[in-house]
Amino acid sequence: MYRYDPYDQRIVDERVAQFRDQTRRYLAGELTDEEFRPLRLQNGLYIQRHAPMLRIAVPYGLLSSAQVRELARIARTYDKGYAHITTRQNVQFNWPELKVVPEILAGLATVQMHAIQTSGACIRNITSDPFAGVAADEYLDPRPWCEILRQWSTFHPEFAFLPRKFKIAVNGAAEDRAVIQCHDIGLELKRDAAGEIGFRVLVGGGMGRTPIIGEEINAFVPWQDIITYCEAILRVYNRYGRRDNLYKARIKILVKALGVAEFKRQVEEEWAFGKGGPNTLTEAELTRVAGHFTTPAYETLPSDDASYVSQRAANPAFAAWARRNVIAHQQPGYAVVVLSLKDPKRAPGDITDAQLELVAELADAYSFGEVRATHEQNLVLADVKQSDLFAVWEKARAAGLATPNFGLLTDLICCPGGDFCALANAKSIPIANAIQARFDDLDHLYDIGDIELNISGCMNSCGHHHVGHIGILGVDKNGEEWYQVSLGGSQGNQTSLGKVIGRSFAAAEMPDVISKIIDVYLGQRQPGERFIETVRRTGLDPFKLGVYGEAAVTERKQNA
Amino acid sequence: MPKLIKNGRLVDDSAEILVLDESQAPEALSLPAGPVFVPMAVWQAHKSAFSGRSDVGVWLDSHDNVEDLAPDLEDLSAVALNFPKFTDGRAYSAAALLRSRYGFKGEIRAIGDVLRDQFFFMQRCGFDAIQPKTGKYSDAQLEESLASLKDFSAPYQAAVDQPEPLFRRAQRAT
Repeated sequence: MYRYDPYDQRIVDERVAQFRDQTRRYLAGELTDEEFRPLRLQNGLYIQRHAPMLRIAVPYGLLSSAQVRELARIARTYDKGYAHITTRQNVQFNWPELKVVPEILAGLATVQMHAIQTSGACIRNITSDPFAGVAADEYLDPRPWCEILRQWSTFHPEFAFLPRKFKIAVNGAAEDRAVIQCHDIGLELKRDAAGEIGFRVLVGGGMGRTPIIGEEINAFVPWQDIITYCEAILRVYNRYGRRDNLYKARIKILVKALGVAEFKRQVEEEWAFGKGGPNTLTEAELTRVAGHFTTPAYETLPSDDASYVSQRAANPAFAAWARRNVIAHQQPGYAVVVLSLKDPKRAPGDITDAQLELVAELADAYSFGEVRATHEQNLVLADVKQSDLFAVWEKARAAGLATPNFGLLTDLICCPGGDFCALANAKSIPIANAIQARFDDLDHLYDIGDIELNISGCMNSCGHHHVGHIGILGVDKNGEEWYQVSLGGSQGNQTSLGKVIGRSFAAAEMPDVISKIIDVYLGQRQPGERFIETVRRTGLDPFKLGVYGEAAVTERKQNA
Repeated sequence: MPKLIKNGRLVDDSAEILVLDESQAPEALSLPAGPVFVPMAVWQAHKSAFSGRSDVGVWLDSHDNVEDLAPDLEDLSAVALNFPKFTDGRAYSAAALLRSRYGFKGEIRAIGDVLRDQFFFMQRCGFDAIQPKTGKYSDAQLEESLASLKDFSAPYQAAVDQPEPLFRRAQRAT
């Protein structure tokens, strides 16, 4: 992974000093709340229901074991003993005191971490495929590009006060695991006919209150030009994006208002000035950054380890975990392991300090000292020998990190919701836990198969409910918490936005509603058909019928 | 006298920022004698009368387009860009365009809701004169605020003050 050189370290150290002084001035009354707000947000610091919440950047989800240990220390020292993995591959702490934040940042800086631009109206953490560099379907490694874009966007002086937040994602595999169609800029690495590397550029995607799928603005931008191209997009957005209405300030609204053709014309007119300029990437810089993402020192191994085969045969629980949470690797004899953070006894994505310590230990012992965070709020050990999988499983299981549910109904995405977040309309964690409790039978879960259930506590949609096969959105009705259900959303290559099935439900009804939806699927599915495929084939009607009953559906149709 | 940060130092400055209220027609305005920044509409109405006056600059609001001022830049020694709120970041692009696209060599002054925590970004985008928000800082605080100009010593990306990105300026070890 990328390791800081003295330049990177100095920037992060200077940030700590800067924020220490800003915090001092705020506490001394020299900065008003309003003046301090964007400064703290651009350092990931929110004022929440109980305490400030600090969001720490995990650039494109990559962590070293030393960084994981530092997160464990922060959880123990400044929080209540746990951290939360976010839906943008970052880490959040819910309980630090404002006055100790500079101290936390200083600690992070010692392990090459920071909280820069994890919130605020600026370019946020660049996200990517959590299986980058190891996925069997990868054609180009997105990580060097993510790092190059991270450096370019860090404290970009022109784009520190955009109309609204700005998110960039990069994917380089056949299957999109970075949700690039739902980002302000989505970059798809590709080769042109001559074999040259470049990017297909999507723009104006996003979730939030107006979910929109990004549109292609350029089919191929050569890699040398990717910074100048992004700068052109950002400059047009910074100048012409709406600033009069917070809800219409994202770039997607500007792209829709102008139309993608006109937006492209403006961007390319702007690009004509920057293209070929000093921000053009050099071969030397690409080589330097890519040099940090080399292939680890893999051993030459058979593609099927004999002990792994026999351990699975002998131990059904291990076999169940291996079937769900172990994924094919590019390298023979190696595997990718998903450590599930969806233990029904905990909030989705939460991890304790002791678990973090164990993850660091597992990474050092079995996976070249590296860990990845996924936007589905799990952790990944990307380079485990098949012959080590049993040992990894035993240790992970003892620590509650081996729930064999990766990609299943209980491996849901869930924002912190009303329990923590000041923006939320409704709680989301209790809904998640209630659904997990309802579906606690593994055989039943395996029978249901691949499915994505995403829960957001408000329409800011941090829980990605728009792209969940089943999406749940917390809404406020006269001060009460209600939940709206949508079906048919999907991330990945066939990204689609879910459609609301009808009136919303009280919290207590939610497990029953999900059971009814699953029962409709089990009744309707054709052999081998996954949940999302059944929804696409049948449409919503059978599900509406199953959830609301005949009378409700008839009445609705008559009123329509 | 109001303070101005000019080329990294505090100086006294008496330039007036002329604000037109809605009832005033730019054509009918009588112009102050001393140093003044006038809004775009006044500039356009009185352009010829201003010729030869080096103490008259134009100020643009954040929604004004710098392109409209481009033909007149040769006749101007100073342009001020207004921050109606410090969170309105359009003036950063405007300053960068004035410098890099139109080659404007005169003064570019930040006015309005100008706070020390944005000085660094302003300087990077080509502002060489910064007029901190009126009444916000004591003289001692203004002296202290100069430190914000030096928040970061080696930024990554190219900008007006440093036209080469770090990867071109420095030999970075692999």
